[in-house]
Amino acid sequence: MRSVDAGLGRPPRSLLLTWLALLGLVALTLGLAYAPLGRFSIVVALTIAAVKAGLVVTLFMKLFRGPVLARVAAGAGLFWLGILFSLAATDYLTRNDTATGNFSLPTGREESR
Amino acid sequence: MSETPLAPQDLGRLHLEPQYATARQQAETAAFGMWVFLATEVLFFGGMLFGYTYLRATFPEGFAEAARETHVIIGTINTVVLLTSSFTMAWAVHAAERDRRRATALLLAATALLGLLFLGLKGLEYYKEWEEGVVPGLNFHKDGPNAHVAAMFYYLYFMLTGVHGLHVTIGIGLVALMAVRAWRGGFSARYYTPVEVTGLYWHFVDLVWIFLYPLIYLAGRSGP
Repeated sequence: MRSVDAGLGRPPRSLLLTWLALLGLVALTLGLAYAPLGRFSIVVALTIAAVKAGLVVTLFMKLFRGPVLARVAAGAGLFWLGILFSLAATDYLTRNDTATGNFSLPTGREESR
Repeated sequence: MSETPLAPQDLGRLHLEPQYATARQQAETAAFGMWVFLATEVLFFGGMLFGYTYLRATFPEGFAEAARETHVIIGTINTVVLLTSSFTMAWAVHAAERDRRRATALLLAATALLGLLFLGLKGLEYYKEWEEGVVPGLNFHKDGPNAHVAAMFYYLYFMLTGVHGLHVTIGIGLVALMAVRAWRGGFSARYYTPVEVTGLYWHFVDLVWIFLYPLIYLAGRSGP
């Protein structure tokens, strides 16, 4: 049977509710951004973003309905993002403001100066 | 889904390549390929997000001062626009599954138009920022003790939103192509993988923006 469609029809309930929930969360995060939460402001904002992302991944992209391989790929993306952040942080988190070590030793590049 | 025997006229519509045993295997492989690509995209944005984290943690006051000046109204409208486009995209895939090809085409067209609206508003925002002189390297006129932090913030801002905007542009092209193919009857309930895979890409672009919105527009609104 080929397309029996008259116009758009009604949107599927789950998608409609997901969309409304996403819009509600936008309003919530916008409002809370102006609340004096101090350093928790970013925590709240990112938590709401993570909930929104969870809704999109689960109900729009249907990640948990399809084959396991898709979840493995998505998990690998997040895992390597964690590796990227933690290995890059080994530099930035271990930098000293004051110089350490003995700078009076010869470097071997004095002649070319 | 496609494990049932196929009518001969359906075989051509399936576009079944010889290396796959079933149409379902082919469809799952295509979706898996897109997920793998999206995992690499996470890392593509990840480097810039690490730069963001470092800048924000190192210079909290200057960062908040610069982020407070972003156009939060345009940013919020664009968030709503992009979330709505994801809704129409998911609805289009739903319609394609049910062989409603006109609805699929119309919903894909709506998705592409919402993408264009997003780019238009983004362009307006860039124009305003050019006028304000906050474009590092080309037109940057800010003074004060935190001017260099503001320059770094805006550099990251233009990189993140620029690369995201490039993804939106590519997405609009793909979605529009799918709309034309759907309108011409290129898909059926047995074969709509391209719509589904394009949908995954479009939703990912939305996902990136879901995180960029609070990171760019909502930072520093209630103090550093």
